Parts: sequence; C-alpha cells; structure tokens
Amino acid sequence: MTLEILSAGPLVSVQDRGRRGLRRFGVSAAGPMDAPAHALANALCGNPQDTAVLEFAGLGGQFRSDRPLRFAVTGGDCDISVDGTPLSPDESHRLEAGQVLKIGMLRDAVWGYLAVSGGIDTPLVMGARSTHLRFGLGGLCGRTLKAGDRLPLGEESGADVVLRPATPLLRPRFADPIRILLGPQDGHFAPHVLERLTREDFTITAQRDRMASILDGPDMPAERGHDIVSDGTVPGAIQVPGSGRPMVLMAECQTTGGYPKIATVISADLSRLAQMPTGTRLRFTVVERAAAEAAARAQAADLAAVLKGLVAKQAVTLTSEFLLSCDLVGGIHDPESIAPEIAQRGET
Amino acid sequence: MTPVFHPFGDRALSVSFGEGVDAATNDAVIELAAALETRPFVGMEEVVPTYRSLLVIFDPLLIGGAEVEAQVAARLSATTGRLGTRRRWHVPVCYGGAAALDLDDLCAEKKLSREDLIALHSGAEYRVYMIGFAPGFAYLGGLPERLHTPRLQKPRQLVPAGAIGIGGQQASVNSVAGPSGWRFIGQTPLKAFDPAREEPFLFAAGDLIRFTPVTAQDYETLSRRLAAGESVVAPEIVAPEERG
Repeated sequence: MTLEILSAGPLVSVQDRGRRGLRRFGVSAAGPMDAPAHALANALCGNPQDTAVLEFAGLGGQFRSDRPLRFAVTGGDCDISVDGTPLSPDESHRLEAGQVLKIGMLRDAVWGYLAVSGGIDTPLVMGARSTHLRFGLGGLCGRTLKAGDRLPLGEESGADVVLRPATPLLRPRFADPIRILLGPQDGHFAPHVLERLTREDFTITAQRDRMASILDGPDMPAERGHDIVSDGTVPGAIQVPGSGRPMVLMAECQTTGGYPKIATVISADLSRLAQMPTGTRLRFTVVERAAAEAAARAQAADLAAVLKGLVAKQAVTLTSEFLLSCDLVGGIHDPESIAPEIAQRGET
Repeated sequence: MTPVFHPFGDRALSVSFGEGVDAATNDAVIELAAALETRPFVGMEEVVPTYRSLLVIFDPLLIGGAEVEAQVAARLSATTGRLGTRRRWHVPVCYGGAAALDLDDLCAEKKLSREDLIALHSGAEYRVYMIGFAPGFAYLGGLPERLHTPRLQKPRQLVPAGAIGIGGQQASVNSVAGPSGWRFIGQTPLKAFDPAREEPFLFAAGDLIRFTPVTAQDYETLSRRLAAGESVVAPEIVAPEERG
C-alpha cells in the first residue's frame, strides 16, 4: 500500500511530531513547523497525534494512492482537487485508489500539511519518522520528496468517516505582535538596542527554512560581542550573529550555538511566526513568563476544543425529492424574462 | 559554585555556572545533568549539558518555569560535590592518511616532527565538554597548548567522518562527513554517530578520551571488523580520583 508522489513542491518532507531527548547528542527534534496544523490534519483523518504526514512549503504537489483513504490538507488556504473536483482545506475527504489528488500553492501561509488515514509508514529512525533534512535522517532517505517517490502507508485505525471542525477555523492574525521573553543573553545588548527590539518593525526575509528564519530590521549590535561560549538552543530563540540581523531558530535548529540569544519567541506564537509569508512586517512585544505560560495553556486548550469538536460531514444523497426541495435557481422568479421561448414551449 | 537561572522562553531554563571554559565549571554542569536524569521532575523533557551551562527543557502544560527553578535548586543543594564515575574511551587513530589534510602543514608550522606531534596529541587526556553542531560531534578540551591552531579562513567543503581535528584550543572527532574549517591530522575507524546502531552515539558530555596511534594496517582491520558489526571498543569506567 503506497502513496505515490506524481509531482512535488520544492520542500515536501515526512514529519511526525519529531525526535525527543536527543538534543544532548546534537540532534534537534525536527517535526512540524506548525504543530497545531499538523495535529489538526491527523485528527481529521482519525490518526493518533504522532502519525507521520507530509509537510510542504508553499506548493504541495500531486499524489496518488493504490488503496482508498481519507486525507486532509491543513496549514492555510490553497487549491485542492481530486480528479479535477475542487475540495476545501481543513476537512477530510475520500480519495479512491488511482485518483489524483492535487494540492496547489498556499495563499496565506507558508507551511501546509497533507495527512492520510493510516499515516506515512516510513521506518522509525531513532524513535521518529520525522525528516531531519540537515543531517539526512528519517523520512524517505532523509531528504525532500520528488516525483516518482513511493511512500508506504500505515494501517488505518480511526472510524471511516470524513470530518470537519464544528465551526470554521480562525486564521492566524499576522498583524498581532509576536510575544517574546527576554533572554537568556539580553544582557549582551545595550538598553537602547534592546529597545529597538520592540519599538521597530522587523520583516520576514526569504532567507528561511526549517532551521531558522532571518529577519530584516534595525541593526542589533551586541555591546558585549556576538561570540559567546556555545550553549544550548531551543526553537524560538532569537540569535544575533555578528551581522546584527536577528535569526529566529526553528524546528530543525542546531542544538548548540555561539551567538547571544537576545530573546525567545513564546511557544504559543512560534507557529504563527513560521506561517508569516515572506515580506510580512512584524512587531515583537515583551511579556512576562507567567503570561507566556498562560498563552501556552490557552493555545493547547483551543486546539483541544477544535479537535474534540470535529463533526462528521453530512452525506448528501442526490434524490429527485431532495433536488426539488432545493431552490436551485435562487433569485430568478420570472423564467420568461430570461428565456421566453423555453417558457412558451412549455405551454404548448 | 552557585549557578544563575536564565529563563529561556516558556519551555526551557538555562542554568549557568559561569562564563569560562574550564573543567570544574563543566563538571558542575555534568553533575547537575546526571542528578536531573536520575530523578527527573514531572514535566521535564530533556537536559542539554554544554561547556558552562545546563539547558533544561520542559513541558509548560505540566510545570511552570518558577517551579522548574525550585526543582533544579533542590537537586543542586542535594548534590554532594563528589564527582561521579566517568567513561574513558581509547580511540584508535591512524595519524596521516587521506583524512590527515593538515598533518604536514601543522608539523612545519609548529616545527615538530611527525612523531613528536603524534606523541603530543596522543599523550593528552581529553574531556568531552559537550556534544553539538552535528549528531554525536564531541567538543574536546585538553588539547596541549603547543597544538592550538586557528581554524581555516575558508572551510573545506567535505571532510570525512572519523577525521581527527583541531580547532583553536579544542580537539574533535568528526561524527559525520561535511564542511569544516578545522585542521585534520588523522582518522579513526570508530563511528561517533551511526543511526543504525542500537546506541547511535558513542560519546556523551563528561566522557574522557585518549587517542591511541595505530598503523594503517590496523586501521583497515578495525574498519573491516566494524563493518562486520563487531564492537571494537568499550569504555573504561573511571573513578573520580583516577582521572588524568
């Protein structure tokens, strides 16, 4: 049972929730850039949360399965079709064996997810299926996917129903500030430089990948120098190398680094930052630790409510009684005004 | 040594024992890491020992940062100051050969014969300060001062796994093939990282390392045994007072 890649966008990779406990050995978790969207995709397909899905940057691709399955595309709005029939993101649909699923370009986001019922069943590498592109680990031979690849499919476990959220999802608000905690090395920066961090705009540049996102903005020189004795890093850390251009570390970041970390994006805002289209201008705002922790709890609760509230989609049977009950030409009440000859023929 | 707590976002805490690179500071980091791994607190995900600080990663849905600080402080006050045992690896190195890209240059720069350079490098005891940069890549302290050598201005594009390097005051064992600006003087057949192995990583922070010179022929024999799935080295377990 395989999923065949007929064509693929430039950065499509297998991702489960990532590797745990290996940072001390130099291996970061990898896993999804937008964890809530990853979780939703799996839930829509009835999969356990740690199931591997495909993550794509920008453009999806074309896919075909040799067994029937349910699938869902999440992360942002994009054109999705099965054998030419358009379908919506953020809900699950059926794909019959041999049909072609086409996923176009994300319009308002950067990272998209394609989950299939049963999941992608590539081998576990050090406890996870996630692709770590930098080190060539996991996924399919540790690399991005390309046309001709075939991925093994896992056993389906959920009920055979297609699902959607009970209420439409709220899209991330890119205009809202990104919340940060100062430190751990904010002390390397003079007070007037620290002020720039929250008083001026930064822009998401095209220099971004699964490791890090480089920002344009005011110069951020470190008074005490840009070299520190290397220490540990986490996703969300805002490092400032000698160029003075801050870089936000992401899912596949190095586990240690020798640049001062001026501040850290709170975990609840990291997926929103990851999804900001290139060129987006953003503001940082400093919050206290307690507020960051409350935001993490609120984000988890919101996601849990969405996942718990998924409902089965109504199956619509096209009987003639049903069709007659519908106002299929809503708004047109005078047939003669648009097609008098048809109306006249009807009288004879 | 009283460490300083630096909150690091809402999922991590950096416990800093100082600013310098020295064995005593690193020992304190390693001891705290061991104490936390032996008795993890609820919500602890992982710890990452580095030169002079310990990164403690936790799940903010299970525990808050203030409580993490209290838990870490309790572990610190419970540590006796007595160091635990360490592992000591004897790493076979073939000095020279294809991976020894800089051996002759270094001999010339340092006005050392090959034999003297090898004796200096293999006579020292090294400690793994931390693992980082790449999977299983060990940053080693203990390089004799005469061998300290700046990195290349322009990194090489591809240096093989197993290459034995010098970068500034530090030594290393390349764990994966890749670009590097370090200077290289030999190669070990050991794989510091092998994702297919039951224990993918050979070294951990706090380990001790000694390099043992071997001939090109021994190198080939060891390589063949490793390729056949044999384990060719096991670490010595060293009590604190037996350290070099």
